[in-house]
Order: sequence, then structure tokens, then C-alpha cells
Amino acid sequence: MNPAIRVENLSKRYTLGSGPPGGRTLAETLSNTVGGIGRAFTRKRVEPLPRTKRPTDFWALQDVSFEVHPGEMVGIIGRNGAGKSTLLKVLSRIVAPTDGRATVRGRMGSLLEVGTGFHPELSGRENVYLNGSILGMTRREIARKFDEIVAFAGIEQFLDTPVKRYSSGMYVRLAFAVAAHLEPEILIVDEVLAVGDQAFQQKCTQQMRSVGRGGRTVLFVSHNMPAVQNLCRRCIWLKGGRVMADGPAAQVIEAYNRDVADVGGAEVDLLEHRGRTPDSVSALQRVRISDDADGRSPAVPMQGTARIEVDFRLDAPLPDVTLGVVVKDAYHAPLFGINNKVSPAPVQLAPATAGKVVCRIPNLPLMPGTYPLDLYFGSRTEDFDVVYNAAELTVLAADVFGTGKLPPASAGPICWPATWEIHSA
Amino acid sequence: MTEAESLPTNATSGPSETDGPPSEVHADTLPVTVIAPDSGLGLGTFAELWRFRELLLFLVWRDVKIRYKQTVVGLFWAVLQPVTVMAVMAFALGRVAGQPGAAIPYWLFVLAGLVPWTFLSAAVSGAGMSVVANQQLVTKVYFPRVLLPLSAAGLAAVDFLVGCLVLAIAAPLAGVPLGWHLLAIPLVVGVLVLVASGLGLLLGALTVKYRDFRVVLPLLMQLWLFLTPAIYLQVSGTLGGMGDIIQLFNPAQGVIAAFRAAALGTPFDWPALAISAALGLILFALGLWYFHKIERSFADVI
Repeated sequence: MNPAIRVENLSKRYTLGSGPPGGRTLAETLSNTVGGIGRAFTRKRVEPLPRTKRPTDFWALQDVSFEVHPGEMVGIIGRNGAGKSTLLKVLSRIVAPTDGRATVRGRMGSLLEVGTGFHPELSGRENVYLNGSILGMTRREIARKFDEIVAFAGIEQFLDTPVKRYSSGMYVRLAFAVAAHLEPEILIVDEVLAVGDQAFQQKCTQQMRSVGRGGRTVLFVSHNMPAVQNLCRRCIWLKGGRVMADGPAAQVIEAYNRDVADVGGAEVDLLEHRGRTPDSVSALQRVRISDDADGRSPAVPMQGTARIEVDFRLDAPLPDVTLGVVVKDAYHAPLFGINNKVSPAPVQLAPATAGKVVCRIPNLPLMPGTYPLDLYFGSRTEDFDVVYNAAELTVLAADVFGTGKLPPASAGPICWPATWEIHSA
Repeated sequence: MTEAESLPTNATSGPSETDGPPSEVHADTLPVTVIAPDSGLGLGTFAELWRFRELLLFLVWRDVKIRYKQTVVGLFWAVLQPVTVMAVMAFALGRVAGQPGAAIPYWLFVLAGLVPWTFLSAAVSGAGMSVVANQQLVTKVYFPRVLLPLSAAGLAAVDFLVGCLVLAIAAPLAGVPLGWHLLAIPLVVGVLVLVASGLGLLLGALTVKYRDFRVVLPLLMQLWLFLTPAIYLQVSGTLGGMGDIIQLFNPAQGVIAAFRAAALGTPFDWPALAISAALGLILFALGLWYFHKIERSFADVI
């Protein structure tokens, strides 16, 4: 079968700096031209500029190749500036590639922004027609879906009000509603699910899924990993303009997550730590935080097991080493704490002057984010080394409920499962 | 990341839950788009323009709507504009330029020059700004960019139609009889559109790259008005000296005089119209070529 999208060695170069590309303002162009004429008369040789590798060049895409088959739903992930949006812009024909080519089979609709071309002075009804037309729908198509669009947005009473008087929520809902009713064979979507309130986002995800089921090909850029994992079976991870990984969504997302968390580095040297209290003895050497599942990844997925490992060194042997860990929220309010006094290790250490303590916290009940940790180290009776904000625990989003959705961040930092029963009266 | 099994198998699942029918995918009949660094001005370009004709209408419709939203008199502004300028000109220049005893009153003479000029000037300045003014469209969605200057010209055309209507009412009132000369109007309007869109395309593309034209454009239109005596003067034959040389390169002069001749039945200056038509063709070809050449870099440069 012919692929719906075939991308071959696609590259896109941007020239950094201000002004038009090539650094030519009108004045420069004119003086170059005039100078050129002058030189032609004086027969001076002109040094050609080295054009191949100028220092201000920036390759937003480099040698990107992949194929997408009809009906496939592919997530494109990567950090900001990795080239995701550039890729979508090239495929949507908004910018031209510098090198390589892409072949697209079928009518393509792209959605890089909701409400493209919406005009504040026009009414909701007028904007539906205008926006639909800009997105590539015919007038008849829009007329046929008009009621559906309006119902989806839920703005029936305000159809003839200028959009400038809409609340921002209504505006976004209407804009998405138009976009959601596009019916091209290939749909390119950039981060547009992140609009509106929770209920509306749910509706959008639903719509996206039914678009995929309708046999259409979808390329979907998002930073919302649970949504990507839930919607797409396949994922392409871009980094620095290149394809880092292309394969089953779960694997690619995991690799990406590990890469993202790597940046901060989860091993912290504690000897010179600023958070140590003044009357502390410097017993804690360093702390390492990792995902216990592989022991390497410095960030822990939701519901995963966090592994906190501290190295200590003492002047005198200590028979009852104790470690307390307090996990705090972003505002430094304690969320929970645990120590090996209340939940001791099965085997106690023989008196030692140096060693390490490993603390595992299973089923981590935290929402995605970073959480500062306080460490309390000492003997059974005294915490003689206390380090505030010793390190940060990074929790990664995961599709823990299998629905592609997570509770809103506003519901607090704890994510706890529940079971449900619903009875009719 | 352990839920690989529970992931939805949306890519392969059968019947859809959508209300609309799933789009029939016939791999052979689907249009194929090749995206590559180079692009030519092939036949495909024009086929595509035809496909997007509805969007052109929507863009014009949008601009007309926006122009007259929240105004009291609405589209009547299209009448007031040329009529006001006509009144001022007739009052200021009437005694100098008007020929007493002429068959056509001077105010009608000016009106018949102002209607095509207003179109030309509005179309060129609108088209010149059109791409930059629609920046958010250009960077977010694909369509043939030529639609932007064309839609700006379309907006000017709507006002032009209203102006023609005013003229059609005013001329009989002033005692100008209907005649065969009216048949020349489509030809003259064709030349007018050629000149306006050619220059509009050129300036529209230039403004994207060199914002200098944002400042230059209004200045240019003002100068052009003064360099086009056909709007307010009875020009017969040559102007003499410098005037002739300037007029040789002024595409507006011939076409505006010809428009008046066609509307009011005054004598035609065919050579002048021919110059306008030739300049119009050159401008149009140049404008289209340049616009197409750099339109692919618009989103990068804008």
C-alpha cells in the first residue's frame, strides 16, 4: 500500500539574526546592486561569500525520514525547539524545506492553532464559515456541518454576537469545534487539545479518537504524554531536528522521558549543600534518586517506585543509622514523610562509619512534577544531619488509569486511585 | 509505561463511531502533493488557484463585512468617499480646469476620473499591505498566497462597483446620453484590473521582505495621484515635454482617460490606452513572477 505521507531526508535551515534572510535590508540590497554595477566598471574582483556553512545557520530539521501509512495515528514528541512544529509546518506547506522532499497522498488539513483567521468583529456564525473555508472546507461542507459545529461548541445563543464579546472559553470552544469537523484524509494537529476546561478537553480527545477510527491518517504533536500514549500506537521522537526514535508509543515515550529527566541530573552532592542546617554534622555525602524499575532513569513515572539512595560517612561507628525522608510540594509544604524508625529495615546495619541507605517508595502516589525532599539523618534518638531541599524527585506523567487522562493539577499533588459504583435511584 | 496492552488499537479498529461516514480511501484517486525546496510556476499553480476560488470569495466577503461593521451608514461610505472627493475637487479646481460651455459638467468629469482612480489606488495599497496584514494566516495555514493581494483588489472592486452605480445614476441626470461607448467599459476595466493586480502583487511581495514599502506605499500613491492629470484635467493629445515622458510610463493615465471616455462618451485616446494595456501586461507578468518566486519564503521572512 502506498504510504499516506513519505518524508525523505527532509531538512530545514533557518538563518539566525535579525533582518531578512541573507542579512539583506533594502539599503544593503540597493548598495550591493549599485556597488555591483560600479565593480563591473572597475573590474574589481569580488570575494564570494562562503555560503555552505555560515555560523548563523540553524538546522531546525536534519535528514528527517519516515513513512506514515493510511489510517495510522502517529504522535510526534520532543522538547521545545526539537523541530516538531517546523516539521508540521513543512508538511502543511507553510514553509518550504531547504532540502529533501515529502510526498503527501490525499487531501490534507492542518491545525497548527485553533481559530486561525478568526476575526473579532465578525459574529460566531460568520467566523465558522470564514475559519472553515480557511481550513479548506467548502461552503457546502460547512453548511452541512454547521449545526453540529455549533452544538459541539455549545454557543447556540451567541451565534450572532461578534466574537470579540465572547469569553475566552467560548472563543476557543468554537474555534476547536470548527477544526474538529475537518474531514481530510490526513490531519496534522499541533498541541490543540490543550484548550478549554477539563470537560471540553475530554470532548476533544474523544473527537480525535473518532477521527482516527474513521480511517484517517493523523500526525499529532503534543507535550501531553498520557494523551499521546492513549491516542497513538506509534510515536516519533525528535531531538535537535533529528529523529531519535520511531516505534511503539510506549517505548518511545519512555525513552523520551528518560532523556528529559536526564537534564537535571538526579545525583546531588550533599557535602557543600546550602540546605544543610547550621548545627548539622556533615554526615550525608550524596543522594541519588532513580526509578527503581531500571535503577538508572533519574525520574520516576507515576505509580512507579522511587529509589532514594544516600551515602554517609561518620567519625565514629554508629549502630542504629536512621534516615528520614520528607517529600514536599512545590510550595515546600510537606506531603508525606517516612523513616526507618517507624518502618524499619529487615536487617539492621552493624556499626559502621560509612555506607549507604536505600529507601524505596513504591506506588508513588504523586502527580507529574518535581518535589523537593528533606533528609533527616542520625541515630535512633537524634537527627544530627538535616538537609532541607536536598534533592528533587521528578515524577513523570503516565497513563495510569488507561484512559489517557489524569486528574487536573488543580486537584492537588496526590494522585490516588478509586473504584466506583453507580446505582440508579 | 507498562500498559502497552491496554493501548487503544485505534489504527486498525473497524466501524467508526463518527456521525459522518468514514472517508472512502481510494489510494489511486487521491491527490498527491510533493513538497520540495523548488517550485515552478506550472499549470498546477493555476489549477490550485481554481480549487481555492471559494476562499478568495470568503476573504473578500470578510474584508467587506469588517470594513462596514459597527458603522452607521455601512456600504453608503463607498458612495460618500468618491462623492466627497469629487465635491472638493470640483469646488477647488472647477474654475481653473473646467471649460465653460463643455458638454459635460466638470463635477461629472472629475467623478468619472475618480471612480477608476479610487479603485486603482485602493487595490494597489490594499494588495501591497495584504500579505503583511494577514501574517497570522500566512504563518499558520496553507493556501495560495496570491489570494491575499487578489482579495484586497476584490475589496476595492466592491467599492468600485458602487462607484460605477453612482456614475450610472449621475451621468443621465447630467444629460449624458447612453451610447455604444458603454460597450468599451469591460475592456477598460480589464486593463484597470491588470494594472492594479500587477502592481499589487509586486508590492505585496516586496512589503513582506522590505518593510520600507509600508512607508513608501502611501507616499507612492500620493505622488501617483499628482502624476496622473487624467483624473482632473481634460488631456487632449500631448502634455508636452516632461509630461509626455512621465505619461509614457504611467499606466494609470491612459486607462483612466479611457474609462471616462467609455462611461461618458468623450473621444477615445486609443494610443494612451494601448500604453496602459502594455504596461499593465508587463506589470502583471512581473508581479506574478516575483510574487510566486518568493511566496514560499513568506512564512520564514514575515
